[in-house]
Amino acid sequence: MYTEKVMDHFANPRNVGELPDANAIGQVGNPKCGDIMKIYMKIEDEVIKDISFKTFGCGAAIATSSMATELVKGKTIQDALALTNKAVVEALDGLPPAKIHCSVLAEQGIKAAIADYYKRQGIDPEPIVGCHCDCEHCEH
Amino acid sequence: MQRFVYADNAGTTALSKTALEAMMPYLTEFYGNPSSIYSLGRKSKTAIETARQKIAAAIGAKAEEIYFTGGGSEADNWAIRSVVEKMSKKGRHIISTAIEHHAVLHTLKALEKQGCEVTYLPVDSYGQISLDELKDAIRDDTILITIMMANNEIGTILPIAEVSKIAKERGILVHTDAVQAVGHIPVDVDELGVDMLSLAAHKFRGPKGIGALYVRKGLFLPAYLTGGGQEKGRRAGTENVAGIVGMAAALEEAIANMDENIKKVTAMRDRLIENLLKIQFSRLTGDPVNRLPGTASFVFECIEGESLVLSLDAKGICASSGSACSSASLDPSHVLLAIGLPHEIAHGSLRLTINEDNTDEDIDYILAEVPPIIARLREMSPLWEDKINGKL
Repeated sequence: MYTEKVMDHFANPRNVGELPDANAIGQVGNPKCGDIMKIYMKIEDEVIKDISFKTFGCGAAIATSSMATELVKGKTIQDALALTNKAVVEALDGLPPAKIHCSVLAEQGIKAAIADYYKRQGIDPEPIVGCHCDCEHCEH
Repeated sequence: MQRFVYADNAGTTALSKTALEAMMPYLTEFYGNPSSIYSLGRKSKTAIETARQKIAAAIGAKAEEIYFTGGGSEADNWAIRSVVEKMSKKGRHIISTAIEHHAVLHTLKALEKQGCEVTYLPVDSYGQISLDELKDAIRDDTILITIMMANNEIGTILPIAEVSKIAKERGILVHTDAVQAVGHIPVDVDELGVDMLSLAAHKFRGPKGIGALYVRKGLFLPAYLTGGGQEKGRRAGTENVAGIVGMAAALEEAIANMDENIKKVTAMRDRLIENLLKIQFSRLTGDPVNRLPGTASFVFECIEGESLVLSLDAKGICASSGSACSSASLDPSHVLLAIGLPHEIAHGSLRLTINEDNTDEDIDYILAEVPPIIARLREMSPLWEDKINGKL
């Protein structure tokens, strides 16, 4: 049911763990739904210099976290905000329909971390990031 | 070479050699239709009737009380739907439990849409029902009690003989889904006192796609499939001769070795339970005493079951989980929720189901591989850092 790329990112996740000097941390999902993603970023001059994640969840949740961090690493905030769940799914050569919500969570995780970056600077993130919907998507 | 350990025998089992050998002639030279009168056909007919006698003997029934079906789900469907059809004048109330297999639960849900009323008895943390609650649930229009003999996810064995006693006093029919029990623990239809019992060959090292429904003599169920006159006109369709023969051979073998198998399998199961419970924040699911010999089922906090199963697969271990992510919905298994586990803990379930094919070396291998996988997944889990920091 999973593609080789999903299995590769599940078995050998990229950028896993905490980032000690992170200046942006976002967490999405909830334990009740069975997946939580926590994204750590080190942002300098509007560029995501470093990124890592911690995820509680299924194979797809871990693989989408890994792929999403790969896709935005070294990118500007603007580029990272343009990341869609669809791009994550495509980069993994597809996900089973029941697992698409994991890619949505990955997109939201990236946005949540960027929102945190702005908040720490006293800037209201909502006009820039949009709603980073903490967990309500789980209902879908 | 990497070791391969099959520990999902509640899912299905490997076909026994004895069963395969018994089946082969009926997949090759003896291909006659059992309904044909020439000798090739009669050969198949004789094989079916011999198999029927063996299966009946294995569960303390008479040959004419055994009806072959396409598996356990079909047997469950037939039993429940037939009673509803047959008893419509008496009433439409059915009593079952919250932890039945989907073959029963989804059938009941469908019948509810057609006007049946169903009481789903709750279970305690071991997965046991209360007999008092059963008594209280009985109404004048109750037509059927359908309760599984042993649960497929947590291995709990339910008190079917006591259920039947209560049902008898009130003149209510009893069906039990004994798919996980037959071939693994003693099953005797008279001791259990049931009117109908479902079994499936592939759970006791027989072939897939074949099962049986026991129907007590004197209880005439309406036909499930109409067509030719097979199975006394109740279940039409040319018989799965090789499947039937294989089922009988596998069951005969399982019964002959049952005492020895129970001893061997229970010892391996207990070693799994004892050692895996040493993992921090783990617990056993199901009844610790009234438990299937081969079922070792757990929850491990702060990890998700599918990740665990995939990681075990990478090590050559086949296991299963009742986590949400192993299903299409976002909810963990109805059984784990029914025994009172919160969603977040039910997500971390692992079911290892072993049988007599497994060895002590298999258990050593599982015990060596599971703890580091759990440690790795916890290391990756944001819940774990909260848990060990006392925030959860």
